[in-house]
Order: sequence, then C-alpha cells, then structure tokens
Amino acid sequence: MGFYVAQLLTGLANASSLFLIACGLSIIFGVTRIVNFAHGSFYMVGAYLAYSIVALFPGSILGFWGGVIAAALIVGLLGLIVEMTILRRIYHAPELFQLVATFGVVLIIQDMTQAVWGAEDKLGPRAPGLDSALRIMGEPIPEYDLALILIGPAVLAGIWLVFHRTRWGVLVRAATQDREMVGALGVNQAWLFSAAFVLGAALAGLGGAIQIPREAVSLQMDLSVIGDAFVVVVIGGMGSVSGAFVAAVLISVLNAFAVLVFPQISIVLPFVVMAVVLIVRPYGLFGKEGSGHGAPTEPEQPLRLLSSRATLVLMALVFALAASPVMVSDFASILLVDVMVATLFAVSLHFMMGLGGMVSFGHAAYFGVGAYGAAMAVSYLGLSMIPAMIVGPLAAAAAALFFGWFCVRLSGVYLAMLTLAAAQILWGVTFQSQEFTGGDDGILGIWPASWASSDQAYFYVAFALCIGGIWFLRRVAHSPFGYGLRGIRDSDVRAEAIGMDVKFHQWMGFALAGTMAGVAGVVFVFSKGSVFPDVLGIAQSVDGLIMVLLGGIHALAGPILGAGVFVLIEDWVSRLDYWRFIFGMIILGVVLLAPDGVAGGVDRLLRALGLRREGQA
Amino acid sequence: MLEVKDLTARYGRAQILNGVSLRVGGNEVVALLGRNGAGKTTTMKCIMGLVHQKAGEITYDGVSILRKPSHMVCRMGIGYVPEERRIFGDLTVEENLEVGDRPARPDAPEWSREHLFELFPNLAERRRNLGKQLSGGEQQMLTIARTLMGNPKVVLLDEPSEGIAPVIVEQMARVIKELKAEGLSVLLSEQNLHFARAVADRACIIEKGTLRYEGGFADLDAHPEISQQYLAV
Repeated sequence: MGFYVAQLLTGLANASSLFLIACGLSIIFGVTRIVNFAHGSFYMVGAYLAYSIVALFPGSILGFWGGVIAAALIVGLLGLIVEMTILRRIYHAPELFQLVATFGVVLIIQDMTQAVWGAEDKLGPRAPGLDSALRIMGEPIPEYDLALILIGPAVLAGIWLVFHRTRWGVLVRAATQDREMVGALGVNQAWLFSAAFVLGAALAGLGGAIQIPREAVSLQMDLSVIGDAFVVVVIGGMGSVSGAFVAAVLISVLNAFAVLVFPQISIVLPFVVMAVVLIVRPYGLFGKEGSGHGAPTEPEQPLRLLSSRATLVLMALVFALAASPVMVSDFASILLVDVMVATLFAVSLHFMMGLGGMVSFGHAAYFGVGAYGAAMAVSYLGLSMIPAMIVGPLAAAAAALFFGWFCVRLSGVYLAMLTLAAAQILWGVTFQSQEFTGGDDGILGIWPASWASSDQAYFYVAFALCIGGIWFLRRVAHSPFGYGLRGIRDSDVRAEAIGMDVKFHQWMGFALAGTMAGVAGVVFVFSKGSVFPDVLGIAQSVDGLIMVLLGGIHALAGPILGAGVFVLIEDWVSRLDYWRFIFGMIILGVVLLAPDGVAGGVDRLLRALGLRREGQA
Repeated sequence: MLEVKDLTARYGRAQILNGVSLRVGGNEVVALLGRNGAGKTTTMKCIMGLVHQKAGEITYDGVSILRKPSHMVCRMGIGYVPEERRIFGDLTVEENLEVGDRPARPDAPEWSREHLFELFPNLAERRRNLGKQLSGGEQQMLTIARTLMGNPKVVLLDEPSEGIAPVIVEQMARVIKELKAEGLSVLLSEQNLHFARAVADRACIIEKGTLRYEGGFADLDAHPEISQQYLAV
C-alpha cells in the first residue's frame, strides 16, 4: 500500500512542473492563437538561469526560492522580447508560419544557451531546508516532492484569482473567446497579447527553475518537454488553465503507475492518452469547439495547369537533372539525391497541407516508417533492394491509413496535434524496441543492390522514384480526386452538401501523402545505408514544414524550390559553428520578410518582369 | 460628426462596398436600410476598423479614422454593437460589462452599471449568470449595455431588432429613444422599415454596396417605389 502511495505522490510531484509549462502554453494559445514551439526553450532557460542564480547563494533558503523566482521573471522578460520583435508581426499569418517562426526561436535560443552555459549537463543543488526525505507509510518521500505537490495547486489558485478578480484577467478570458470584439470595445490587443505572452513565458521559466533539484539541466530539455506540454494542453483543451491542470495530473499519475507494469511506456503513454481523449472528446476535456482555429484566411486561388512555356522550362530542368551525374562530381550527385528525397517529402507534405488543408506536425512518421519498413525487410526478411522498396511504402501506407483514420476526424490545430502524437508514438516505439529496430543504434548496412551500388546508378534509381512520385502527386492534384480535396479544404460544409464523403476523401488524401513520404524514406535509407529513430522525430517533421514554408504554400512548385533551398542551406550552414543560430535567423528572415515563401517571391519577380500573366499560379 | 465618403471595401476578391457615403450628425439617429447582403454590416465594420481592405474616407469630428485600429476608434467615442451580439459566453454579465468599461469622457454621458441595470432590468437579475446562459433578447441587451460602458458619443447598432421577440423589439425602440434623449448619436442598420421609422430621424438606403437614397421618412413615404425597389423582399 505504502509503495503505491509513494508512486502517487511522485506522479503528483511530476505533475506540478508539467502543469506550469502547459498552462503557460495554453494561456498563450488561448489569447494569441499561436502554437508556441519555443515554450520548451523558455522552460530550459528558466532551469539554466535558476541554476546560475541559486549557485550565488549556496545553502540559503531565501537564495534558492529567490533565485527560482528571479529566473522565472527573467524568462518573462525574454518572452517579452520574443513577442515584441517576432510574434507581433505574424499574428495574422497562417498557423504554419507561426509554428515555424517559433521553431526558429528554438534553434536560436538553443545555440545562445550553449554559448553561455556550455554543452555539458549541469547538476543543480538540492533545495535548502527540503533536502531530506519523510517517511510516509514506511516509504521515503523527498520533502522537495511534497513542496512541488503544493506548488502546482497554489499556482492554479493564483492564476484563477488573477483571471477572475482582476480586470486584466477578465480581458484575457474575453480575448480567449473573441479577441476582435475585445479590440472593438477599446482594449489594445497588442498589450494584452504581450502581457499574456510574458505570463506564459514566466510560468514556463518557473516550471524549469523548480526542476533543478530533481533533474540535470541540459540542452535537450527544450524539445523533450515540449511534446509532453503540447499533449497536456490538447488533452485539457487549448486555452483552458484548469484543463491543463487536470491533464497534467492525469498524465503524470497514469505514468507513475504504468511504468510499474510496463517500464518502457513513459515515452509513448502521454501520446496514447492524448489520442484516446481526442477521439472521444475532439476538443479536449475542457476545450470548446471553434477555439482551435486561427484567424480566417483568404480563399485559396485555384491551381492552374502550367502554360506550355513553363512546361518546357520544367522539362528542361528535369532533363538537366537527369544528365547531371555525367557532368558533376560524385559528391554533388549524392547531394542531389538528398535534394530529391527532401523534395518528394516536402511535396507529399504540401499535398496534404496545401491541397488537403490538413496541417501535419508529424509527417516524418510516414517517411520514417517507409525507411524502417525497407530496412527491416532487408535485415529480417532478407529481401533485396527492389522488393524492400515496395515493402517500405506499403508499411507507410498502412501506418498512414491507421493514424489518418483518427486524424481526419479532427481539424485545425487539433488535427495537427494528433499527427504529432502519432509521430511521437511511432518514434517512441521505434526507440524502445531495441530487439526489432535496434533502438538508438538504428539499423545499419542497408545498401543498394550491386547493380545500383555506384553513386551514379543509385542516382537514377532515386531519380525515377522521386521525380516519378512528384509527377504522380501533381497528376493527382489536377485529377477529380484533387479537385475534391481542394473543395473540402475551402468549404467542407459545401462539399458535404453536394454529396462528397468528406472524411473518406481526406482519409485517402492523408494516406496518399503518407505513402509518398514513405517512398522518400525508402530512397533515403538506401542512399545512407542506415536508419536511426530521428527520421521519425519532431525535427524531421519540422524540416518538412520549413521546406514547404520556404517554398510558399500556395504554389505547387513551392515545395520543390523550398526543399532545394533547404538542403543547400543546411549543407552549407551545418558545417559552421552555431549553425542553429544562423539557421534560426534565416527562418525568421524568411517568415518576416517573404511571407509567401521563396517561390512566391520568384513568382512576384516573374510577374514584375512580365514573364507571367496575372492569375497564373 | 461621423462622415463616410466614397467608401469601398472588399473581402479577398469579393467587392462588398462600391462607394458608400453617409453622415451622422450630433444627437441624430440615422437608419441604414438595405436587404441582406447589401453592405450594412460591412459599412459598420469599416467604420470600426474591422475591415482592412478598404478605401475612401471616414472622418470623426474632422479626424480621419480610416486607418485607425479598432481600439483607437472605440476610444475616440464610437461604440459598436455587432449583429451577432458576440457576447463573451464564458464570462458573467458583470464581467461582460467590465470588458466594455472605459474612462468617462467630457463630451458624452457617463454610464454606470447601476444606471444600465435600471435601463435593462432583466440584466440586473442575471448579473451573475454566464453570457451563454442568457436568452437571445437578454444577450441583445447585454451587448448594448456592454458598449455603453465605454461611454460612447456615437453608437453603431447593427440590426438590433433581428431575431428577437416582438416585446423585446419594443424595448429596443425605447432604448434607442433613451440614447437620443441622453444626447448620443446612433447609426442603426435595419431591414425593417417600420422599426426604423419609429426610432430614426433620417434614412439611408444602400443596395449592392452603393448608396441609393438619403433623406427623411416623409419623402420616403411619398415615394413608395423607392422602398419597393430597394427594400421589398
């Protein structure tokens, strides 16, 4: 009995920090409608700051708690800077822009943190006065855990008081429901948004700061916590503070007991719970319908077939690419394979987002399943390259059919979150199943068949599959199925009214996009000879989003350009010190300066030069 | 006092207004009449700074407000009561009023909660209820009361008689007369000529985003073909 009570208390202690970061995220989303990837960075910076400030006052109770609070306040200030310099300019941009911009902030903060504190993990001090353990029902419980258990509800009560007893809190709650109306009643939204962002950031900083006696402070804290924080926010209902509390407790306590039965579950469990909750309650436990959408965007322009001149240019480019191995070095043709893989991946993601209107934060899942499917077919079934290249996309198709069936039942941010959950579940399973997938060590020795083993020969294999896949997706975009998909994107109600099976259409679109991502994954795995779990990770998914964004979401050619630019920039930048900082700056530059992407910029340039008529896209 | 000149506006590619001109004088109630989709709501949203793709000129007390953000328009003394009411459903009646609260201004009457509860007795009884628990008529009163908390000099009332019970419509008419008696100006959008005639001093008729008629109700009644052409359904 005592043992179970101890597990329960550990779970509740874990819930506190998770609640602090998630409720900050939820407040920010509720007011500004921004899905803030950088929230994990605020958490991490809070931990580092607390570590340094507390170290100035060794052994002092006042120094410890003063340091924790000072860290939270400084992180709030950091939030203010981020909000005023970046986010304020993109409140009216599509969700994708906001997400990618905040991911740029993640990269920048990561390198700045490393520059200040170094790459090594930091071990924080124990909390003075709370450094021993109490015996409860015979089990030792750290005193600090008990303090944490109190901090969560105390913060919840504090936020409740602010939200119900102050004018500012009332305005925040009103803005969560209808921010435009709040503006029409004379409230300056800019300051309301800034204040909400500062509060959210400070709460994340506090969440990080109170963790220092419990876990090492490291540069991986940001992305490791953000997944769980998203999950908690989505389960609780976006914008709901009490929902975030309930969800944090639910996840942490479930986790504390589930690990007793099945020790590997902790990576996957939150995402499984989230998937279940979203299927039963599509807007989370305390969320409301309609609160998941951003500002209404302009209607999309119709896609047009290319003019004959543009088709000629495109054909010429394809032929130039086909002839390139003869002309360029082996190194360049390897790089070109990378470009083609990235392009097919980006085109498949664009097919889903741009045409299907389904934003995915987890498209890497199907890329990764394709790659792992082929790799496992080779290493376990002993298949040769061609059959393995069929197995991979089939596996991706099966995964996309399975997860897609759940995802298309939702829309907007919730759909995006469920795709993220799907990807994290697959990543977690792959990471944990050492005996099948090799876990962190990956699967090695997946090389092309001997006839395709030269760099040039494999280039043509990749060329056939990737260019073929891109051509196929383009054909589908202009087929009746593609028209249907775009019709649903623009108005699902009208599409349903003319007799289309909306969910089925979206499901098939989702599955097709996933299958094509799987094809890209297969080409990828044979070009690298190995596969590791990070092909399924958040970073890979965000790479795809960045490519689509770089290219601009409105044009079919967008992802092609975006992927090319992305791979070339990455190839150049990743050799530099502090490449994340540079890359983050490039992302922010694109989001702030060329909001319709590189392809959009080229399009404008062509129009200005008179090479393209109005209305073509 | 409030003057709109050659206002054009569009959403994306859809042109909604093609040159609307109208003016609302001090302590005047002007009815903006027109069928569904004629551009009444868009005109009001343009004045309020809630539509961005627009051209022409909008001035208030001689100052251009065409490019002002909506909170600045509100702070200058223009209150907006939207057609869909847009009550904050998760906030109580009192909290809804709190959101609208602005400091008093020297040139407009000041409205206190108590005064508003006298004007809308139903709201007084329900002051602790959530916005979403109110009936349609109560919500309509709350949205007007919320706007009055900002102590405006001009009120834009978008279709106040739409979708509510006849007894409440009568109460709305009394409220508009009360606003005029307090010295406010009102721009009122309506489809119901009868209601407009009961409360307004002048009428403006728009159709397909263009002003078709401006003048008194007596002239309008003398030429029934005008209302027949632009208002009859």
